[in-house]
Parts: sequence; C-alpha cells; structure tokens
Amino acid sequence: MVGVLIETLGPVLVANRGEIARRVIRTVQRLGLRAIAVHSEADGDLPFVREADEAVLIGPANPAQSYLDADKVLEAARATGAKAIHPGYGFLAENVAFARAVIDAGLVWIGPSPEAIDKMGDKINARNLMEKAGVPVAAGTREPVTDLSLALKAADAIGYPVMVKAAGGGGGIGMSVAHDDEGLAKAFEQAARAAARFSGDALDGPAVLLERYIERARHVEVQILGLPDGRVVALGERDCSVQRRHQKVVEESPSPGITPELRERMLAAAVRAGEAVGYLGAGTVECLVDADRQDFVFLEMNTRLQVEHPVTELVTGLDLVELQLRVAAGESPEVRPASTGHAIEFRVYAEDPRRFLPGPGTITAWVEPGGAGVRVDSGYAAGNTVTPFYDPLLAKLCVHGETRAEALEKGRKAVDAFVVEGPKNNLPFCAELLDNAEFVTGVYDTGLVGRMRA
Amino acid sequence: MAEVRAEMVANVWKVVVKEGDTVSDGDTLVILESMKMEIPVLAEEEGVVAQLKVAEGDVIQEGDLIAVIQ
Repeated sequence: MVGVLIETLGPVLVANRGEIARRVIRTVQRLGLRAIAVHSEADGDLPFVREADEAVLIGPANPAQSYLDADKVLEAARATGAKAIHPGYGFLAENVAFARAVIDAGLVWIGPSPEAIDKMGDKINARNLMEKAGVPVAAGTREPVTDLSLALKAADAIGYPVMVKAAGGGGGIGMSVAHDDEGLAKAFEQAARAAARFSGDALDGPAVLLERYIERARHVEVQILGLPDGRVVALGERDCSVQRRHQKVVEESPSPGITPELRERMLAAAVRAGEAVGYLGAGTVECLVDADRQDFVFLEMNTRLQVEHPVTELVTGLDLVELQLRVAAGESPEVRPASTGHAIEFRVYAEDPRRFLPGPGTITAWVEPGGAGVRVDSGYAAGNTVTPFYDPLLAKLCVHGETRAEALEKGRKAVDAFVVEGPKNNLPFCAELLDNAEFVTGVYDTGLVGRMRA
Repeated sequence: MAEVRAEMVANVWKVVVKEGDTVSDGDTLVILESMKMEIPVLAEEEGVVAQLKVAEGDVIQEGDLIAVIQ
C-alpha cells in the first residue's frame, strides 16, 4: 500500500508554513514519502524548513508575494519534482484557481475537488445548497449583498442583531455583529475590505452575507471524510465555542453541550452535506447550536484540514493527514468512527492575554510540556522570531483523558508547564479559562470570552 | 501635547489623518496591521495633528512615535 502511495504522491510539496507545515511533513515522512517545504524570507529559520527533506525559498515575507503566490508555489513543485501538493489550511487551501492549476499541471491535489471548494467557498451558495439537501440553515440573505442600502433592507427583514460576513471569507476574518443600522454600515465595509486583503480573493465589488445572529449559541462542527468510493463518513464533532473576535481559542471533543440525540442528527446532516457536493477528503461542517432547544443550523463548510483537527485525532485514534493522502491516491480505506475519551486543544497565540492584541517578538525560551495524553503541535522553537506578517498561532497544546475532568486536569498541568518567553502570549488566558466556572462545568457558549473580559 | 506611540510591532496599513487635521477623542489616526488583525490607533484627546511620523507601508516597532496631537 505504501508503495502505491509513494508512486502516486511522492514527493509531496507542503504549500504552507509554521505548525501545519510541520504537522503535514511529519505524516508524509512517516509514510516514507519525501516532504518539500516552501518558505518566505521571514521563515527560513523555522523548524518546518529544517525538518523537510528539501526547502525552497519562494519570496519575501509579504504573503501575497510568497505563500499566496500560486505561480511561485507551482514553480517550486516543478523545480523539485513534487508529485502532489498539500495546502494545509489558510493561504491557498481553499483557492479554487490554485486547486485547478495544480491538477492542470499534472500534480495530485491533496484536497477536495475544485468544484466542491467552489460550491462551499461562497457562503451564500453553500447555504442555499445545504437547504436543498435538507440541512437546517439560519435565517439570512439568499443573494450576495453588494451595497449598503440592500444590506440595511436585509437586516430590517431578518431583525437585529445580524452577523455580517464576507461571502468568500474564512477563519473569522471580516466577520462582525451589527446591532443597529450604524453598526451595519461599519460591519459591511469591514467585511468587504477584510475579505479582499486577507483571503487573497479579488475585490470585484463587496459581496457580503447577513445572517440572524444567535446570542448564546454554541459553535459545534462535524469532521467528515469523503471517500473515492462515494461514502462520506462523520468522524465526530468538536465544540469551538471559546472564541475571541470570532476566532477559536479552545476546541474540545465531544461537545459537552449536546445530547446524544442532537449529535446523531448533526452527524447525519453533515454526511448529507458532504454527499450533496460529492465531497472527497477531509472537511468540516460548521454549525451553530441552540443548547436550550437542542437544535442547530448550518453555518458553513470548510473544505480543508482545520487547525483543530488534532482534537478529532486524539478521540478517534486516526491520522487525518494520512487519510487525506490515501484518499488523494485513490484509496477508500475502511474508517470505523469510534470516539474514546475526551480531548481539548488550546491555541497558544502570540497575543497579550488581556486584550488579545498581537505580540510579535523573538522567542528567548521555549519549553513544551509532554507526558501521556499531551500533544503539542508547534511551529516555533527558542531563538525564532515571531513576525507580524502571519497569523499569531504559536502552538496547539492538546490533551486527552478518559473523561472531560481528566482532560481538564491534564490541561491545567500542561498549560502551567509550557514555557514561552519573548513574545506576549495567551498562556495566562488559558490558565484563567481553566479556572472559569462556566468553562469547567461545560455550560458555555460563544459569549464566554466576552463575559470574561466585560 | 500628546504623543501617540505604537503598542506593538506592526505594519502601517492606512494613514487616515494628515498634519493640521483637527481630531476628537476616539478618532482613528492610522490603521496598523499585525498578524492578520487590523488595529486602529485612536486619538485620546481633542486637538490638532501637529506631527505625523509614519507613512503607509512602514514597519514600526513597539514604542515608535506615530503622531503628536497638540
């Protein structure tokens, strides 16, 4: 089997940086394949560059001229003889034109089909498609909203508060809540601008989406895997309700906020969602859960491996990157979704723990915690500089225990043992969260961080 | 007179005011960008922008002077 993988995929070029590049390289090499890294001038000293079998400098620190430059990445693939490209998350991972260009260049794209990315990349299309497939969706706009007067009308029909999102954005970028007309004007401008600047999308008119904003909702998502034989398997859910600026800080599995009955309904809906687009490989169906009513609505689908995938790996014992590679090579492995114990991921960000403002800097000390049930996926080491050019994720501290209580206990010890000196970081916030009654009891929602800082 | 300084390493993405402009408490002077986040730098008192020390595209360090409000 491994021989077939090597023949079909190797060497694999990893079109990303930091912890996710390192994570993908680890599995690629374990399977006996060569891993090729690409990096910017700012990242030459990072561990992922050193650990790859070969590394190619593709441009300056500015991501638009390096990691987001499809031509440079493809040129690196050609120059090194790569047979496949794994995009990680962010950057070019959900860029339809790039996925097509990879395939057109005769390389294997380790991800879903460009058609599936396209269908799910536009949040409005995705929602309409999901509604057709029988997946519940939130009240919101059914057409892209391209000017403010239309947005105001739409908000009037939906009712405040509304969530404003860039139709093609992702990762919390360009999302904000508007409580009135004035707030909507601000949110509208921000969504359009952020989508154009950070996702690499062309700004051909601001296309935004308005949705009813559900206060005190939980953000729960289902990991799916689409197989070449047509099956779509649900690999459990993750609760990602601990967020600041609509971006996740902590994820856990299983979700402490849903009943077995709701879990079953969500998993079934996620499989329907995947089947509706002929989904191949790893993907995630994000939902908002009303915990009081034990009901949910579809939010969006991420057509890539996600930051928080280790949580699923820890409870299922699967290697999602290996499954992505096997699916890309045409295999349909038997996947038996079982869930064991409880896993929690803490995202260690280079940001101050009070206001969550970015804190780049040079790392003077770095000691990762270890031990049974502790996994650290990190992108940096002592001596590295965390620059302002990329997202603030330093590492993912993941813990696994037989019960949630055990996982929390391991989390406490691991957070205390993790030493990061130099850049500001949010480890003190993680410690604070582990003392927070709402979090510890598991009865929390997306407003938790806001209440902690109110 | 009030000096407005950078709180972190950042790129200057947008300069919103120019020297000679009158600003009020809470007005945005410049927008910084760091780690995929936009950070507006606000005036903390009313006055006139006497000096503006940054331009779009600059990379500034923590503590660097951004503007002087008089």
